[in-house]
Parts: sequence; structure tokens; C-alpha cells
Amino acid sequence: MSTNSQQPEVHHPVIHRDDTAKKLGMWLFLFTELILFGGLFLVYSIYRYLNPEDFSNGSHHLDVGIGALNTMILITSSLTVALSITAIQKNKPKLAIGLIVFTIFCALLFMVNKYFEWGHKIHYDLYPGTELFKALKPGEGLFYVLYYFMTGLHMLHVVVGAILLGIMANYIRKGMITHDNYVLLENGGLYWHLVDLIWIYLFPLLYLIH
Amino acid sequence: MTTTTLPNYLEDKQGKKGLMVWLTTHDHKRIGLMYLAALSVFFIVGVLIGILMRLELLNPGKDIVDPQTYNSLFTLHGVIMIFLFVIPGIPAVFGNIALPLIIGARDVAFPKLNLFSWYLYMFGAMLALGTLLVGDGPPDTGWTFYAPYSVKTGTNVTMAVFAAFILGFSSILTGLNFIVTIHRMRCPGMSWFKMPLFAWALYATSWIQLLATPVVGITLLMIAVERMLGIGLFDPALGGDPVLYQHLFWIYSHPAVYIMILPGMGVISEIIPTFSQRRIFGYKAIAYSSLAIAFIGYFVWGHHMFTSGMSGPARVIFSILTFLVAIPSAIKVFNWLATMYNGSIDMKPPMLYAMGFIFLFLIGGLTGLVNGALAADIHIHDTYFVVGHFHYVMFGGTGFAFFAAMHYWFPKIWGKMYSIKHATRAFWVLFTGFNILYFPMLVVGIMGMPRRYYDYLPQFHLPNEISTVGSWITVLGLVYMIVVLIQGMRKGEKAERNPWHGLTLDWQTDSPPTLENFEEIPTVTEGPYEYK
Repeated sequence: MSTNSQQPEVHHPVIHRDDTAKKLGMWLFLFTELILFGGLFLVYSIYRYLNPEDFSNGSHHLDVGIGALNTMILITSSLTVALSITAIQKNKPKLAIGLIVFTIFCALLFMVNKYFEWGHKIHYDLYPGTELFKALKPGEGLFYVLYYFMTGLHMLHVVVGAILLGIMANYIRKGMITHDNYVLLENGGLYWHLVDLIWIYLFPLLYLIH
Repeated sequence: MTTTTLPNYLEDKQGKKGLMVWLTTHDHKRIGLMYLAALSVFFIVGVLIGILMRLELLNPGKDIVDPQTYNSLFTLHGVIMIFLFVIPGIPAVFGNIALPLIIGARDVAFPKLNLFSWYLYMFGAMLALGTLLVGDGPPDTGWTFYAPYSVKTGTNVTMAVFAAFILGFSSILTGLNFIVTIHRMRCPGMSWFKMPLFAWALYATSWIQLLATPVVGITLLMIAVERMLGIGLFDPALGGDPVLYQHLFWIYSHPAVYIMILPGMGVISEIIPTFSQRRIFGYKAIAYSSLAIAFIGYFVWGHHMFTSGMSGPARVIFSILTFLVAIPSAIKVFNWLATMYNGSIDMKPPMLYAMGFIFLFLIGGLTGLVNGALAADIHIHDTYFVVGHFHYVMFGGTGFAFFAAMHYWFPKIWGKMYSIKHATRAFWVLFTGFNILYFPMLVVGIMGMPRRYYDYLPQFHLPNEISTVGSWITVLGLVYMIVVLIQGMRKGEKAERNPWHGLTLDWQTDSPPTLENFEEIPTVTEGPYEYK
């Protein structure tokens, strides 16, 4: 391969910024997250196909009200994180921080609701290992196992997303994310949208389909 | 280009001291060498376990270990060799070292993430080896962790699957890094079809790492949770389906087979034109066939389960798809041979290993088709034929490609040259030992000897004896090769910038390169193999 040397000589590392690369990297990472949950969706659909009645019974015992409330909370938080990106683009860092703090507040609200929802079930001994759980039909047991597994893994993502957004808010405060360099916040926002998106699938799968 | 005055990457300490120079580096070449160091240790551990197993199989009945120990040995041999050596293997070591060099970049796209991947790899490796030391003994399930046994055995399976989960995560991040690097950091003038074929192979591999690994991640997590909470996702007694576990496992682990072989094919595609001093035949066909293998590879996992209970039509479809993978693989082999035709072939060690690869991969690939044929598979499933087949592909294929890459980029990495004479001899010892070790397995498998037993019937004695003797010759070859390379690293003659007269960009910079790789980012005007 022939090379030519017409460019000026550079002896020092050029600190170059490639926002496209960072975003591409984030999107690829989000693919892997989707496929991670995809494995669970696959298991869910196969066991649902094998035990349709048990799954239907199981989903009747979930609290649609709390689920719907949490869906609204998460969709609202997705809006506020998107608004925070617009705010930083318009060079309003304080507004951006405020919107992120509100998003994190939504995340906390979501977790509080989940705490009550899980707590209620655990109060009735409806969790793996108890006598009540062992007395369930196999399909119902699988439903609750998947319910705990999927919402639990999702909640872990809510926690990680909230921490990431907290870091982003701090970066804005320190001036590391500005109106002309906000790719990190965009990536944080993308992650938060993913958390939202997965919930939008989990909610009907677990709560609504009877 | 003028000779640079900057220190090379092995000497440039950037004001740090001792091991910190390495442990905190963001340089892709150093990270590659750190992978090489770790991988070599795990490879040697894996080889030692393999030797023990072969010793046990020297005679029928008990020779040195009892059945339970043997179960743990083949599990550990599999886990170490597959998750710690073959899967990360070429991408983590030579992908890291060579990818930025051959596409004319200063580093990968995310250098910090690259270092993080290494730490994840080491953490996963420590967990995997830790199963030996803590808990109720190393896992005895085989490297596939099939449920429901993996859920019920008292051995340390939870830790082992968690290790595999972490290692998978490391592999995903490396793949992500390479995809972004290839998309964004090719030097000016290097269009997709002026990119060296090793980069194409890594690109296809990275997509598999990215899209397949999460499936096994979540599956292994399910096994771990099942063991910890006593739930029944895959336990038939509690309503679960163990065959579903096999599906999920192979949805990842079959594409993973191509994570193992594709980078090896990429290495061979670099070496053959360089040592034939000829333009590669069918550049686009080789590039596209990498993508085709990656793509079709997703849809063939069912061929691991022909005997586990699957509908007739599903088996036929999986069998046909399996045969389809042979086509892009054969395209590569024919193109390599056509490249050599009429070339001025230079039988230096990298070329010898490349030709060894073609020969052994041919046997491995064709025996793979036998496994993929429905009727034949019923007979040979879970026999030594399968063991022989995948060792021909993984060791004869990926392993030999790894050694080829090691001999090929050696002068670039160390700036020194090993003894060509001794490296050539080591190759022949290794190649001979390899065939004596594994060919009898194919024979004894067809005779009906099942795999994963510490004992066998008397009529299988002779082939097993031959095979065990072969394992000694193989180890001799490996030791010879390693000694030659270490000698070369320490006392070898100074290597020039381009000892093999290659045309790709890695050979146009210093040996060893500086931390920045190139004084100025090169501009390319023609394809990578335009030998005159």
C-alpha cells in the first residue's frame, strides 16, 4: 500500500473529539441491552405458550393500577430527560440540571411504587421458596419467577440509569457538559429512554395480557 | 518516511513506574500484550489439564484420577480453553495490537473502555479459576452447564457461570470498541474495500460478539438465579424446560464458534498474500464471506440438539442451514489457494502455520459436515468423533491461526526476530503431534467411544494409546515453540520495519511502533495487497 507524506508533520497527539463515535458506541451498547432482555422475552413467550391458563391466572394477581402509574411516571421522566438535552443545547445549564433532578425524582418514585408492589406480595408469602409458592401450579410459579426476574432486572437498570443521570447533572455543574459538547448527556438520555422502552414492553406483557 | 526519534511503546514510560506503566495504560499495543500474557498462562493451565486427561485415558480403567475428578477436569479444560483462551484469543491480543496499525489509526476508538475490558477479563478469569479453590469443588457439568444437572449438582457452578457472564461482558465491550474503531478511524483514503481483510474479519466477529453474547449472559444469569433461589426455570420438576436451556445456550454458543474461527481466517488472509507476494484472489468474496458466515451462523444452533428432542422439520432446516455455512468457508479456502497459485511462496514460519491452518481446518470443517448430517449425527453424537472434530477446528484452526499471528507480528511487536530455523522445526513437531493426538479420536469416535467418560471398553485401547503419545509430542512442540519465541524476544536479532515485505500499513511504521503508531496519519491510495 503506498503512502504519501503531504500532510504537515504532527508529533503530538491530536486530542480529537468524535461525537458520532461516542453515539455509535452507545447505540451498539443499547442493542446488547435489548438482546439481554430479549432472552427473557423469549423465555416468557415460550412458557406463556406452554401454560396459557396459569399465566393468565398469574397476571390477574398483579396490580394494574400501580403498573399504569409507573408507566406514566417513566414516560414523563423520558420527556424531562429529552427536555434537559434541549435545555443544554440552548445554553441553559441550570434548567437542564433541574430537569435531570426531576427525572431522578421520577426514578425514585418508580422505585417506591415497586417497593410497595413487591412488598405486598412478599407479605403474602408469594415468593420463591415459601410453602404458598410451592403449592402453586408449575405455570403460575414460572409466571411469578419471570415477573420477579424481569421487573427486578429492569429495576436494576432504573438504578443504574438514575446514577448515570446524577453524574451527568454533576458534569453540567462543573462545566464538563456544555451547549457545544453535550454528547455525554445525550448518551445518558439514550440509556434512560431504553429503560423506559423496556418497561413499555414489560407492562403489557406482565400486567395487561390476560 | 524518516526514522523517528521518539521512544517505542515498550520503552515509553510516560513518567510512570514499574507495573503501573502497564496496568494504567490506554495504549492498544500494551493492552494487547497484557492480554497475551494472561492468555498464555491460562492456555498453559488448560494444556496441563488436557495432558492429565489424556494420561487418565492411556489405559482402560483408573490410571491416575477418579471419575469425579475427571468430570471436573474436562469441565475446567473446556471452560478455560473456550472462555479464557479461544473466544478472546485473536481479537483481544492481535486485534488490539494490529487493528489500529493496519487501518492507520493511533489507537482504538475508546482506549479507556479497552483497558476496562481487560480488567473485566481478568476478574472473570480469577472467578473461573477461583472455583478450584473455594466452595464445594470445581464444576463437573461440562463447559455447557446443561440444566437440570447444573442446577442440582453440589459443585461450584454458580461461580463458574458468573465468571462466564463477566467474560462475556468483556467480550461485548471489545467487540463494540472494534466496530466503532473500524467505522470511524480508518485513515484517509481507506474505503471499506481498501481495508485489510483482518479488519473485515474482526468487524464480522465483533458483530457476533455484540449480538449473540447477551443471550448467553442472560441464560447463565438464569442458571445462577435458579440455583440461588431454588426456582424452576429449567427444572422439569418445577415446570421448566431443560431443552429450552439448550436452545438459549446454543443461540449464543454456536455463533461463538464463529467468534473463534473468523479472526483466525482474517489472520490467514493477511499472511497468504504477504508470503506469496501476490495480490489476494477474490478480495470481495473473502470480505463478504466473513459477513455471510457471521450471518448464517446465527441460524444453525439447533444442530447441537438433533438428539435432544426437536421436531423433524426443525431438524431438517437446521441441517440444511448448517451445510450452507460450509459455502462461505470453502470460498475462503479456495481463494487462499488461488492466491498462492503462481506466487513466489516463502515458507517462513507464519506461512507454515497458515498452511497448517488450511490443512487442519479442512479436516475440521469436513468432519463438521458429518456432524451436521442428520442420520450420521444420531450415530456419532456425544462420541469422540465430535471431540476430534472440534479440536481440529478450535486448536487446529483457531490455535494454529493464533500461532501464525504470533509469528507474523512478532517482529512488529518486539522489534526483534526469532530463529527462523528453530521456529520451523517447532512447527513440524507441533503439527505432527497434533495429528497423532486428534486423528485417532475421529476413528475411535466412529467406532462408538462416548465422550466425557474417564474409562472405556478394551477395544478402544490402541487408538487411545496413540492419542496419548500424540499429546506428549504436541506438548513438546508447544514448549519448543514457546522457548524459541521467548529466546527471540530476549536475544533475537534486531528486526527491520518490514521483514516480510508486506504492504499493509502495520509494516510501514517502526518496529516496535511508538505510542502514537505513526508519525503522521498515512493516506492510502490503493488496496492493501497490490503486489507488483
